Amino acid sequence: APEDGAVRTLPSLRRLSRALPFGRSHGRLGVSSSGRLIVPAPSSQEKADPQKTAFLLRKAWTLYSVTPLYRFRRGRLRDYARLLGAFIAAEKQKGLAVEVGVELDIKVALSSLADLRGSELDQDALLVQLSSRSQASSKNSEDKVVWSGWFCSVFGDDLSENVPEHFTCLPLFLTHGAESYTSLVGSWFQKTFDCCFRRLAISPLNLSWMVAMWAGCKLDRAASAVELVFSVPRLAQPLDISYAIHPEDAKALWDTVQKTPGEITQEEVDVFMDCLYAHFHRHFKIHLSAAKLVKVSTGIASAQCDGIVKILHSQYLPGVLMLLTELAISQIQ
Amino acid sequence: MQRSSRARKQPLHAHHKSQTDLSAWRKGGTIDSEKSLQSHQSANDQKYDSQEESLEQALSYFEKVQDCVALKKQSVPQKHLDAVESTALKQGLPPEGFEILLNIVLSGKFADTVNTRLLKSLIPASVIPEDSVVKAVSWLCVSKCSGNIKLLFLKWLITMFDYIDHKEQLHALYGIFFSFLQDERLCPCICHLLYLLTRKEHVNPFRIRRLLELQARMGMQSYLQALLSLYKLFCPEQVTITLPGKMKTYFKNSDGPWKAAITAVRQRNQGPSSLSQTLFLGTAQPRSRKRKWNAQLVIPASSANTNNLEDDREKCFYLYSTNESFPLEQLHTFPQLLQNIHRLEFPSQMGSVLTNPLLLHYMNCVKDESIYLRLYYWMGQMLQEECTWCMVDNPYEEEFKSFLETVYKAECFLQEGFSACEEFLYKTLPLWDGFCCRSEVLRLLSWIPLSSFSDIKSYLYDPLAQLFFTSSIYFKCSVLESLKELLQNWLNCNAIQVDLESSSLNTTLSGLVNGVAELVRFVGWISTVGLRLENNSMLLLYFILDFYEIVCDMYLKYNLPLLIMLPAGIFYPALLSMDSVNLNQLCYIMYRYRTNLVAAKENELCKKKMLQFKFSDQTYQVYNQYIIAMVGCLWTSSAFQKDIHPQGLHMDDELLSKTAVKELRNSFNIVYHPAMMGYSIQFLQQICPDDTTFNFKLIKGKKWNWYLEYLYTQGLKGLKVFIESSISRVSQASCNKAGNAEA
Repeated sequence: APEDGAVRTLPSLRRLSRALPFGRSHGRLGVSSSGRLIVPAPSSQEKADPQKTAFLLRKAWTLYSVTPLYRFRRGRLRDYARLLGAFIAAEKQKGLAVEVGVELDIKVALSSLADLRGSELDQDALLVQLSSRSQASSKNSEDKVVWSGWFCSVFGDDLSENVPEHFTCLPLFLTHGAESYTSLVGSWFQKTFDCCFRRLAISPLNLSWMVAMWAGCKLDRAASAVELVFSVPRLAQPLDISYAIHPEDAKALWDTVQKTPGEITQEEVDVFMDCLYAHFHRHFKIHLSAAKLVKVSTGIASAQCDGIVKILHSQYLPGVLMLLTELAISQIQ
Repeated sequence: MQRSSRARKQPLHAHHKSQTDLSAWRKGGTIDSEKSLQSHQSANDQKYDSQEESLEQALSYFEKVQDCVALKKQSVPQKHLDAVESTALKQGLPPEGFEILLNIVLSGKFADTVNTRLLKSLIPASVIPEDSVVKAVSWLCVSKCSGNIKLLFLKWLITMFDYIDHKEQLHALYGIFFSFLQDERLCPCICHLLYLLTRKEHVNPFRIRRLLELQARMGMQSYLQALLSLYKLFCPEQVTITLPGKMKTYFKNSDGPWKAAITAVRQRNQGPSSLSQTLFLGTAQPRSRKRKWNAQLVIPASSANTNNLEDDREKCFYLYSTNESFPLEQLHTFPQLLQNIHRLEFPSQMGSVLTNPLLLHYMNCVKDESIYLRLYYWMGQMLQEECTWCMVDNPYEEEFKSFLETVYKAECFLQEGFSACEEFLYKTLPLWDGFCCRSEVLRLLSWIPLSSFSDIKSYLYDPLAQLFFTSSIYFKCSVLESLKELLQNWLNCNAIQVDLESSSLNTTLSGLVNGVAELVRFVGWISTVGLRLENNSMLLLYFILDFYEIVCDMYLKYNLPLLIMLPAGIFYPALLSMDSVNLNQLCYIMYRYRTNLVAAKENELCKKKMLQFKFSDQTYQVYNQYIIAMVGCLWTSSAFQKDIHPQGLHMDDELLSKTAVKELRNSFNIVYHPAMMGYSIQFLQQICPDDTTFNFKLIKGKKWNWYLEYLYTQGLKGLKVFIESSISRVSQASCNKAGNAEA
């Protein structure tokens, strides 16, 4: 789409004048020569346990990018949970002091998610869960999770390899639950670890990358249709165009486009999209390239331009997270 | 009656020490009165003397009082009370008076009316001894006095807190004060007092729980909130509180009747008081509007790092993190910074340093890369998120402006650019319309650090040139102004660096020379084109020459082995400029070029080899061409013949004759030059007021010299130094034509 041009031509800066202890290694987006791996090889020997991460699937996650956390200590998760719990309580009842560590309405749990990393440099993912204590029901009943969010980094080496000690790189933050809790948790992290959160929007260019990458993936079970949603700009009435393709057709098209299996280039993505546009134009006489791609969904995952993703397939969880980590890092640097 | 007469017969003798103190104080009082009221000196002395006498008597009376006494009109105690009151309000009370009077007040010997009056007159002349306060607190514990007096005493103590000479013992009484919290009436005052006294070691779980119980009983009370937030500040791992945004004062005005009196006494005794400590906790300023939680352009308040959980094993984890760290919320003055610099810690959010000059000072002292990195991340995100021309529908231009302004001020303070800012400029300049936040963005340009960064052309110069050529003349001038600042900053920073580290001189120096040369050439290019676009605008020319005023002096002033002549596209428009300011400035610049080039040549000849760079012959060549043209124009009236610069004024006689202009040859000398015409007319009017024909030919010979003197007095200093240095005048008498170019 033409309006993305501005975004893409932003120079990706490779170095800073001040001798910061990190440099910019390589440009990423919009560079046609650089390839992308679809499914990264897990670096750790043990196979990730799909059960442990099952709760991450089939939920709509809102994406944020986070700058490195300063002086975050993995050994203090329980302390952090107590502090965060008291902070939330104090914020909710502004002006009343709250003792740290007492039972509160909202229970906070912080834990590590061991299986969600790519390279050796990646830190374990960090899960934050808020649950409300059930007052009426018996003590045995489980607390109800009202909000959850997790920080992660999958092959985030671009960021982490250049960051000095005392900084923890978990550039991607995903939340599910009320925005008010997101804001409380985010504020606390900002204050405590001097980091910055920003909503991570996904540009149409990156959406087209996603659909191309995911359309070519093999799935065990019968997959749902590949769907692209376009929005037509500058109309009095909002007009969305949905373009659904049978997953096997999409895969067949992709297979004709892709040259090196397992690797994708910008050129291939462009060809793939152009084919889809040409097909659509043949039938409906509409140039989709003039509209804005706002949502893609495949059997692997779906993603919206406003930065909401849903991951459907555990096998491709690391791959999707790797791509999102990359986007988050490019927003930070 | 009997007691009072006895007291009068026995002057103070019990306390020798206090007596001497008292006389010393009296002396001080007299000296002050001498200063202020010299005309009535003797009368005043008498007055003060008698006042002091009566105060002495009163104190000695109050010291001796044993039992409860009733106060009657015209009685002796009444008289002493009056004496205390009047002295206190005029001069304040001496330190040793406090113990006596506090004893009386809190022991309940007199009626409350007397006690109240006494308390109200406890105004210190200098300081209040800590002992007297400690004794008063012990009286408070035995509860001899009424609740009202207790309350008034506490208010007095709060107001006078800064006048107590030491506070160690008072700190030791923290627990006693804390126990008074249970008295609901005293609670607000006690909280205030505890707020003044609390140190980190005073905060413990028991006390926190007590305060929380009070909070549960009494609800949201500002005094409890204040104390609890102080506790949170010291021990964030034990208690937390969020203060409502609209909170203004924590403690109701408890100054009571003393504040006015105390300032009056202070002013009378020693000029305005410097002891006014404001109390506030570091809560962020109230936000103007509701914002997203993750993009608050509000710069965070400097607050202590809450991420210091007690953990002995990790004590050495961070060098500056000790239990003894000084809370930033209490850092208000430069002396405080100096006293506590070893136990300061950067705030939990680095962004807050921007608005805190003390922390910027501290930043200058601490060389820790993580400081810059934290600031880099925060500022980078802030700039991108809030940039009004990158984000669509961002209506908060004013806020963004003031943010950029804050960043710029901090850069000036630190004399250093922020890398986040540099990156931001590189990223967004290509998208900038040159209009939004114009002056802020252009000012930020001036702090881009010099580097061997080879891409500065594509990131900075190219987008800037595009904007320059397509924008108004005012924008052009602003850009030149910023680039001048940029050049100056580079040269200044380098001057400091060269002093510091001469070892790595060669590498950094060649980098600097290349960088500066690139900038100067860029400015030369856009200036030449800009002048043509703007029809040789005088305003634009003024800004261009301002830039070259630095360039022409780089060798001598900044020790930089680099001299770049201004392009002909600037030189000739300036030489033929219609206004004298620019012409004068050009003369000055050429004079400085000459001085620098002569110095460089000498150094080269002497083999002093200040720096092993050698200016190219071409620089000298261009300089000589310019100087021939200039002298030919302004002095010898031979520019059309002698100018040898390819872009110069040289013209064939044949062509010139076709113009049919009379007196063509001398039309650009200092008499006929369009920029000088105003001066020559005025000069003629002065020397021959009756002649209205303006016969310029009169200006020659002796009058030529007069004319020069006249020009010099009109502020054309550049012209003066130029003529004196570059034109050797053969003989003072017949100098009408003679002139010669040197160098």
